[in-house]
Amino acid sequence: MNLQQAIIELYRRASTSIPEDVENSLEISLKKEKDGSLANYSLSNMIKNIELSRDKSLPMCQDTGTPIFYIKVPIGISNKSLAQTVINATRTATKEIPLRPNAVDVLSEKNTGDNIGFNDDKRDIHQPLIYFEQWDNDCIRIDLMLKGGGSENIGMTYKLPNKELKADRDIEGIKKCILDAVFKAQGKGCPPYIIGAAIGGSKDQLAIESKKQLLRRIDDINEDKTLAKLEHELRNKINASGIGPLGLGGKTTALAVKIKSMHRHPASFFIDISFMCWACRRYSLIYNKGEAIFS
Amino acid sequence: MEEKQVRELKIGDKVELSGIIFTARDKAHLYLLESRFQKLENGIIYHCGPIVKDNKVVSAGPTTSERLSLYAPDIIKKYRIKAIIGKGGMDNNTLKAMKEHGCVYLAAIGGAGALIASKIKSIKNIYKKEFGMPEAIYELEVENMPAIVAMDSKGNSIYENILKHSGKKLSVKQ
Repeated sequence: MNLQQAIIELYRRASTSIPEDVENSLEISLKKEKDGSLANYSLSNMIKNIELSRDKSLPMCQDTGTPIFYIKVPIGISNKSLAQTVINATRTATKEIPLRPNAVDVLSEKNTGDNIGFNDDKRDIHQPLIYFEQWDNDCIRIDLMLKGGGSENIGMTYKLPNKELKADRDIEGIKKCILDAVFKAQGKGCPPYIIGAAIGGSKDQLAIESKKQLLRRIDDINEDKTLAKLEHELRNKINASGIGPLGLGGKTTALAVKIKSMHRHPASFFIDISFMCWACRRYSLIYNKGEAIFS
Repeated sequence: MEEKQVRELKIGDKVELSGIIFTARDKAHLYLLESRFQKLENGIIYHCGPIVKDNKVVSAGPTTSERLSLYAPDIIKKYRIKAIIGKGGMDNNTLKAMKEHGCVYLAAIGGAGALIASKIKSIKNIYKKEFGMPEAIYELEVENMPAIVAMDSKGNSIYENILKHSGKKLSVKQ
């Protein structure tokens, strides 16, 4: 399998299935809801959808999202040629799987039709979004996230102190921001959510890092003890909100809360929150000399 | 759907839809307000941008309805819309228009694109194809499409109740 074929396969797996940790978590949530309740009805239909998509290889959700690639590159491989392979694979995957064309030119309002967004000189590609990072291994690692628009639209950035929320520059202030974002989101972005937050850092770093938290497994535990405690506490509090699956009421609003902290400038104190819908589409590929391993 | 039927529905009811529905999202709503699209009269709108291949719907879950709250009261009035299907709910002005004109909001299962597509029997027509695949207006024939009455024509909304309750639980100032 060449790399282009492997990336098309990565797209297929990401769009037509859901990671097993997320599926397990939804099943646990279903068990907590009474038969006949709207939450039970919603979660059962979600699980039916997961099974149908996997069996028939159909996109789980019609919004196959903005494709975001996190690529770890061995020394000696060109980012430029990798980007071209991703573009070629995206064009084919859009046609074959199929994916919904989701790249719309802001000024002309034209949908490019192939999920490729570029400026006229064709060198400045903005969709798919690709992040490169060099690493010391011989293989290429690609994590692909298909990020839906509904969950993307409810993301928030806050600055502390915040007068409206009565939030200071401390852990309590951070909590208030995250809970406020959940309150504002309600059921608009397809809960149960996976919630990623980044605190500290600069404005551009934050948005990248809060979204990267969504790549973490539901069941992993933060190595930082303070953050691990905060993640646990916030998840419980959010689940007590009663917003529930699809915002129609119930016991599960968040499958997980994941937080990263970064050093900040003395003047700045940012918090950024990214949401992932229950239909969490992410998949990984490790590629080495024609051999592709998916997980 | 007859107005009498619509008026009988109440929040929390689970329903299954069979018949004709029209997809419409952001661009289509502007078009529907500017033009006269007769086929939609007394009809049902679905907030959805499907994936379509070889004239078949592959995946077709709902999009977030909130964005369309701005246009919904005028659309309901102009076309005497009987039901709007979407996800996440709509605002109070829409709720008022639903009460006045006899319309309900039905929550489809967000994210369940493949499951809902399996309830779509055929694409009867496609209008405004030039808007692009997600934004075109699809006339769809559905059978037993599952949904939940989340806003009814009596002025009740599940979302409104949950908003109040969750604000208290999350200790958020409202």
